[in-house]
Amino acid sequence: MTNLYPISLEAGGPTLFQGSEWDFEKLRRVYGAIEEIAVGEMGLDTYPNQIEVITSEQMLDAYASIGLPLMYRHWSFGKRFAREEALYRHGLMGLAYEIVINSSPCISYIMEENSMPMQTLVVAHAAFGHNHFFKNNYLFRQWTDAGGILDYLAFARDYIAHAEERYGVEAVERVLDAAHALMDHGVHRYAKPPKLNLEEERKREEERRTFFETHYDDVWRITTTFGEEKRDPDLEAKKHADIRKALRLPEENLLYFIEKRAPRLEPWQRELVRIVRHISQYFYPQKQTRLMNEGCATFVHYTIVNRLHEKGLISDGALLEILHSHTSVVTQPDFDDPRYNGINPYALGFAMMRDIKRICTEPTDEDREWFPDVAGNNDPYGTLRHAWANYRDESFILQYLSPRLMREFRLFKIADKEGAETLDVTAIHDARGYKEIRAALARHYDLARHEPDIQVKDVDLAGDRCLVLSHAVHDGIPLDEASCNAVLDHVAELWRYGVRLEETDAVTDKVLKTYEEPARR
Amino acid sequence: MNIIDRRPNPKGKSLANRQRFIERAKDEVKRSLVDALKRRKLGDAEGGEKISIPARGIQEPSFQHARRGGNRDYVVPGNKQFVVGDKIERPKGGQGDGRGKAGNSDNGEQDNFEFVLSKEEFLDLFFDDLELPELIKTNLKETEATQLTRAGYSIDGTPANLNLRRTMRNSLARRISLSRPSPSQIDAIRRQLEFARAADDFEGAAQGQHDLEAAERRAKRFAFIDPLDVRYNRFDRVPKPITQAVMFCLMDVSGSMTEAMKDLAKRFFLLLHVFLTKRYKHLDIVFIRHTSNAEEVDEDTFFHSRETGGTIVSTALEEMLRIVKDRYPPGQWNIYAAQASDGDNFSEDGERCAQLLHDELLPMSQYFAYIEVGADATLRHGFPSPPTDLWRTYAEIAPAHSNFALRRVAEPSQIFPVFHELFAKRRDKAA
Repeated sequence: MTNLYPISLEAGGPTLFQGSEWDFEKLRRVYGAIEEIAVGEMGLDTYPNQIEVITSEQMLDAYASIGLPLMYRHWSFGKRFAREEALYRHGLMGLAYEIVINSSPCISYIMEENSMPMQTLVVAHAAFGHNHFFKNNYLFRQWTDAGGILDYLAFARDYIAHAEERYGVEAVERVLDAAHALMDHGVHRYAKPPKLNLEEERKREEERRTFFETHYDDVWRITTTFGEEKRDPDLEAKKHADIRKALRLPEENLLYFIEKRAPRLEPWQRELVRIVRHISQYFYPQKQTRLMNEGCATFVHYTIVNRLHEKGLISDGALLEILHSHTSVVTQPDFDDPRYNGINPYALGFAMMRDIKRICTEPTDEDREWFPDVAGNNDPYGTLRHAWANYRDESFILQYLSPRLMREFRLFKIADKEGAETLDVTAIHDARGYKEIRAALARHYDLARHEPDIQVKDVDLAGDRCLVLSHAVHDGIPLDEASCNAVLDHVAELWRYGVRLEETDAVTDKVLKTYEEPARR
Repeated sequence: MNIIDRRPNPKGKSLANRQRFIERAKDEVKRSLVDALKRRKLGDAEGGEKISIPARGIQEPSFQHARRGGNRDYVVPGNKQFVVGDKIERPKGGQGDGRGKAGNSDNGEQDNFEFVLSKEEFLDLFFDDLELPELIKTNLKETEATQLTRAGYSIDGTPANLNLRRTMRNSLARRISLSRPSPSQIDAIRRQLEFARAADDFEGAAQGQHDLEAAERRAKRFAFIDPLDVRYNRFDRVPKPITQAVMFCLMDVSGSMTEAMKDLAKRFFLLLHVFLTKRYKHLDIVFIRHTSNAEEVDEDTFFHSRETGGTIVSTALEEMLRIVKDRYPPGQWNIYAAQASDGDNFSEDGERCAQLLHDELLPMSQYFAYIEVGADATLRHGFPSPPTDLWRTYAEIAPAHSNFALRRVAEPSQIFPVFHELFAKRRDKAA
């Protein structure tokens, strides 16, 4: 074999490390060099870093508790653990190289099994890429409190452990099961939630427990005045409207509504619901920025390791090892490939970041036409930092997906019409199709469309206190029946009275289907 | 920046959650355990058991869009030939219809949920019904071998076992109580005497002389160490628990034993094996198969090969006896035996079997179970078939031995109850 590249294999040069064994000294050296590039050249702005080395077993533990370092106890985490473990033991799944937590200080878990080149990649990826994104993206800034999350989790864990002692594991589990079922619908999508304040949480909890008999409850308060009025349709309609207004209906945050209004929940049960709701809210920005977050981190580690190599700080061998791992992460199989499993967020994210850099430094005429404000501005990192800070997946794609990238990915759009025998190709990567594909792809990243649109519509205060939910059916896509019935069962567990879910067409307001769940005794 | 080494932190943070999960899925897990038993090798107790349970009871539902119906669109990569207006065949439930299928990892949960039970979890679930802990107490006597244990003091023994400390303590107590003068006291008297003599104090000297003689007399009369004082360490022989056991599997492999019968036998052997593994640190298994003569074989041969020939059960018993004498002295091993047969035996052989069991094997065994596996048909029609030769033989000697049990099994479903019954019965007797 001839020497294709001038490979200087561990020539004793001034590289930061040699060989694949890692130790803490090497980690520190590498971290310093990475920081220089990340902060000095790319202008990244991160929370203080805390890097924790863990074993593969601890990594499995971390997986099981949805990546959080402290978590309350629940069987579902055990289930997740059992599954991950089985997959891992049978060699069907490799473990992630790292887990990173949106907290301040930003905690990155790295595995002891990683080689030193891999640790380099991981530190650049997690401790700088993800960390910068967490600190700067507007969703995270507005919706999560990085400084308070660890304390809140500790509070939640202790509170739930305490509740288990007082009321029994089973009773606690029933509430948590039910709340978990509604987790996806336990977020405020539009209004900004108040910041978590641990002291206040504690105090409020304390007040609740001590003075729960003075508990204020709209549902009861309003219903008591009902019977005295004469039956007047107009007046009743007005009353009804008033009540809806008082209850702030419709409400999209089901867990919030249940926590505040469920008539027969004990104070501690409300607190459990609240804990689940907070955790769900904490993860909400992550769900909306997966593509950008991974794209950002991947772009950062790619840029940094290449710079390290250019500066002669890592050897060719180390770079090749890193690139090998990098390329396998950013592979995007075609739709007809057996490996195809949707669009790989790493692949598209990374490609978009690189594309933006290209547009900034070497724009074509097409780019100048599509991106007049950034094309050729020669400030790739500044442009990227702006994008990372101010967009989420949906708006990011809508703004930055370039025709060139659509051609590269050979994207096309298929329409699946109800009742049609075939699928129709409605747009491909050509001048007529760019905008349509871009808009359609962006919509797929819009959580509000991706997840069923379910709201609390009404509470039948005059009658049996039945909770009425509505599912707005878009494009005729109904709910999955089995899971819907199972979730309603959980909702009834919390509401205690009957629950009804109406599927109504979003355009015509016609009720398509109704699910009923009887009251609990 | 901070680098923290978390590796020494306690692991198994998920253990509590895992236990809760298994507790929740217990019924399903147990059911699938029974299935797993069929696949399991006898000596395979090491390592966990891969369990697959229906996902129903452990689902975590959430509101989901249905997978079919409505108007959808997909954006997918890798267009090679399509132009706008092309029609594509609807894929038949498989790959390729884009995002609707993809990205929803929970879909897999509709099917079975697979995970690995650790050995401990496996055994715990396994014996959950069988109430084995109680059985163990009454059933398994672990005796024979003994070891010496300190057991206080005695007044006789060999010099090697002399307990000096205890002896001197007794001596000191006796000397104090009898006011035996110590050498230093005698010395003091002697010094006073000399002082008096030097001072020409005759009266004092006479008195001193008298005291001295009295003290010396007294010191002589009471020995410094008296035989009464002597104590020896005492040792008792106590039975030493035997932590090793051997399990004999005896099976008739003559032509009359069908695969189904062998499968039944295997299940019973397996149960006994797991039961014993839970109890003993070290467990050997010996497989003896027999037709008209017996031999020791490995597990695969035992279950899977077939021999032709008549059936002489006593050959197997003799083989077992020989192996016990050779390799497993009853004083050091707990001996368990399970015999499976369809009940056929060479009719002249019955007496010999009974004699071997009665005189030799049963006295040295902890437990001997005889399982008669019958063809399904005999019981299905409700006609209990007449007792077989071997059954009659064994039934005669059974009452004399509490560690001998015989049962019939015709279907896999009977294995658990029979196993349970075998041990439960012994508990009642002991109570």
